[in-house]
Amino acid sequence: MTTSERIPASLRTEALEQLLTERGLVDPAVMDKFIANYETNVGPLNGAKVVARAWTDPEYRKRLLADGTAAVKELGFSGPQGEHIVVVENSPSVHNVVVCTLCSCYPWPVLGLPPSWYKDPAYRARVVREPRTVLREMGLDLPESTEIVVRDSSSEVRWLVLPERPAGTEELSEDELVPLITRDALVGVAKVQA
Amino acid sequence: MSIADIGGTEGWGPVTPPSRDEPAFGEKWEGRAFALTLLSMGRVSGQNLDAFRRALGELDREKYLDDGYYGRWLNASENMLVESGILAPGAVDARARKLRGEDVEEPPVPEPNKPDYAATAAGSLREVDAPAAFAVGDAVRAKDVEPAGFTRLPRYVRGRRGTVELVQPAHLLPDTHCVFQGENPQHVYSVRFDSRELWGGSAESFGLTIEMYESYLEPAS
Repeated sequence: MTTSERIPASLRTEALEQLLTERGLVDPAVMDKFIANYETNVGPLNGAKVVARAWTDPEYRKRLLADGTAAVKELGFSGPQGEHIVVVENSPSVHNVVVCTLCSCYPWPVLGLPPSWYKDPAYRARVVREPRTVLREMGLDLPESTEIVVRDSSSEVRWLVLPERPAGTEELSEDELVPLITRDALVGVAKVQA
Repeated sequence: MSIADIGGTEGWGPVTPPSRDEPAFGEKWEGRAFALTLLSMGRVSGQNLDAFRRALGELDREKYLDDGYYGRWLNASENMLVESGILAPGAVDARARKLRGEDVEEPPVPEPNKPDYAATAAGSLREVDAPAAFAVGDAVRAKDVEPAGFTRLPRYVRGRRGTVELVQPAHLLPDTHCVFQGENPQHVYSVRFDSRELWGGSAESFGLTIEMYESYLEPAS
């Protein structure tokens, strides 16, 4: 290379797409559909629906904790990065928080693609070493009496957190609960606020 | 040593605060890089997901960190395409320079060199006939080894003692699957470690589980 100037990833992406499409190896229309699916259908709203159902249907909650993969499939959610979903429950005594230190493994069918903070090396490196400090930096200050359990996703097992239902939501319906439930609570870096 | 194995390493600074409405892709090219990666790793490169993870871990620090998350995907995908003889080394850079108006000669398309690989089934979960070597509650130790190639046994648990918390479905073994040397399915365990076992007596108090393939573990008495 005659210059040390770096070529921006955006331009290199365009170059790679052109090289593969001009040889018919990748179809841009298939790419468009693929991208749109993850922009619109496969996202954290799915996980919020799972949690709202679990909060309002005790039998579903039992099934979800016993066999996460089957229970989320009942609501129509399955696919890549969801081969084996394990659901763990957060409570005042135990708080689970999920990470993938080796890459960015994340339960796509229920949460979509991971957000920036989850993919950030700082989160991946630090949450397995000082989770209480990391959670505080992210705005979640847990009492010392709460035991923290970090879940490092190093295989194809995918963890989903069932957060605590906040006080003051007893009268809300399943549909009314859904918008309260954030992606961050389903990974364990936040609580659901009423 | 894989650049991707960063659990417990220091010097990264503060974490990114969550933002509620972050889109799937911050910039348009990131969506293109995402789709190109997933649509090329099997169908075009003839490789697999573990090979992609291996390719990510083999990037140098600059290629891993400086182009961001999907830049990393792009760089790993390009290397897989070169490895499989779909693209010549330097083909992407040459085309990129051409796209911005430089007069560049592009390298010719190479002879394909795809690995001799076909999955025995979809996904990564497999049946294993042999009984599981460990049961819930067993004391185990993550082996203190430094494998020469790719592994999903991170450095921060090597040599540490834990307890089997859950027996998970068996998986094919990434260490061999990523280099097309067989699926070698194994039992997988969620092993629980105490923070002080991992980080010493002054560590924050917490528990940690991580999935360990059976061959990563040995009994701890």
